[in-house]
Amino acid sequence: MTTGTNYLIEEIETTLHQVKDPEIPSVSVGELGMIYDVEVTGSHVHVKMIPTFVGCPALDIISRDVKAAIRKDVNWVDQVEVSYVFDKSWSTDRISDEGREKLKEYGITPPPIDFKEGDPWEVDCPYCGSTYTSMENIFGPAACRSILYCKSCKNPFEAMKPVASHNS
Amino acid sequence: MKINNVEELKQHPEYKEALVELLYQLADDDFLISFRGSEWLGLCPHIEEDVAYSSINQNTMGHATLYYELLEELGEGKADVLAHDRPIEQRRNAILLEEPNGPGTYLVEPRYDWAFTVVRNYFYDVAKQIRLESLKNSSYEPLAQGARSILGEQYYHVMHWDVWFRQLLSSTPEARERLEGQIDRVWNNFGNVLSLGRQGERMAEFGIIEDEGALKKLWLGKIEAVFKDLDLSLPSAEPQAESGDGRAGEHTENLETAIETLSEVYRLDRVAAW
Repeated sequence: MTTGTNYLIEEIETTLHQVKDPEIPSVSVGELGMIYDVEVTGSHVHVKMIPTFVGCPALDIISRDVKAAIRKDVNWVDQVEVSYVFDKSWSTDRISDEGREKLKEYGITPPPIDFKEGDPWEVDCPYCGSTYTSMENIFGPAACRSILYCKSCKNPFEAMKPVASHNS
Repeated sequence: MKINNVEELKQHPEYKEALVELLYQLADDDFLISFRGSEWLGLCPHIEEDVAYSSINQNTMGHATLYYELLEELGEGKADVLAHDRPIEQRRNAILLEEPNGPGTYLVEPRYDWAFTVVRNYFYDVAKQIRLESLKNSSYEPLAQGARSILGEQYYHVMHWDVWFRQLLSSTPEARERLEGQIDRVWNNFGNVLSLGRQGERMAEFGIIEDEGALKKLWLGKIEAVFKDLDLSLPSAEPQAESGDGRAGEHTENLETAIETLSEVYRLDRVAAW
């Protein structure tokens, strides 16, 4: 799928790891699994990304940030194109291990691995690790997050909503 | 048959015609129900519901955008224009979805009906889920891919309305009575939501979506099982379409006022970048 010379693509991918999610600034778009493909043709770069939630309002900001980061850090690039594709459906299993750790740093419990619709969703507190938590609202401040409460350390916290994969 | 992109579609004008028709139905349905939902912002029964419902509406508006963008790729015009500036008679949403939430407006004396909202959204989201499960295997690959992405979100929408529906029907006699009244009302027009319009058979022939009858049967099966759980009986063998056929471009004044309200800012400056 990936075209262009490998080390050039790697350089782009490294840069993309500096682009953070505007709503979760501890995690990069790479760690969230939003990068689908990078194509390099001469000095033209095309980054194909998978949106997390279809109507996520941060998509335009992310696209702007990706372009800006590449223009700033990669000097051989002339033109950057960013497009959102649906070639694969995003699921929370696309988040990397590093991304999962960084979510916790921001006070967000990462989603369970290999979630299937209908599975029970147990959420541990990202601060104290307690399992003694309650769901306040499945829908939170952003489409991808839910609001919970830890009855052990008495902190409200958020969790990333598990989204199952529907790829055939 | 499998159509992988817009290029391949050019060889099949009849297929394209049926596909365009379906995309308008999907887009306009999601667009209208999420607009009606957004009018509830600040007026929901409690603040957590305000957060949840606005999140659902934001997602649903995103789904409408996905379909409008697929239409844009097919040369139907800009997605924004299709949403804001398309004449009423070209709209394909089911009539039930243009009905207001209740008397008043969100600005002046909103006397919105939560029971109506719960029933309309629950029935709609169950139907939408069934359609998406079918679209996941659509012969038009870009639509199949879109459906797979939407499905992960739709799971939570159905769950949300399922909780409201079951809890209100199992609470006080007043709540149950009000829900039952709205079930009858929504039933009278839900037939139009389940309709795929005049091109329905074509859509099924081309494998764009399953046959309307099969999808309706799945919906009825699901709703019947829930009704049985709650000790309710179906108002009639199947839902009606009393107010007319939105799939054929028949609409009420409610759609006109809805489009006028939601496109007010857009019409101030049609070329502004937001």
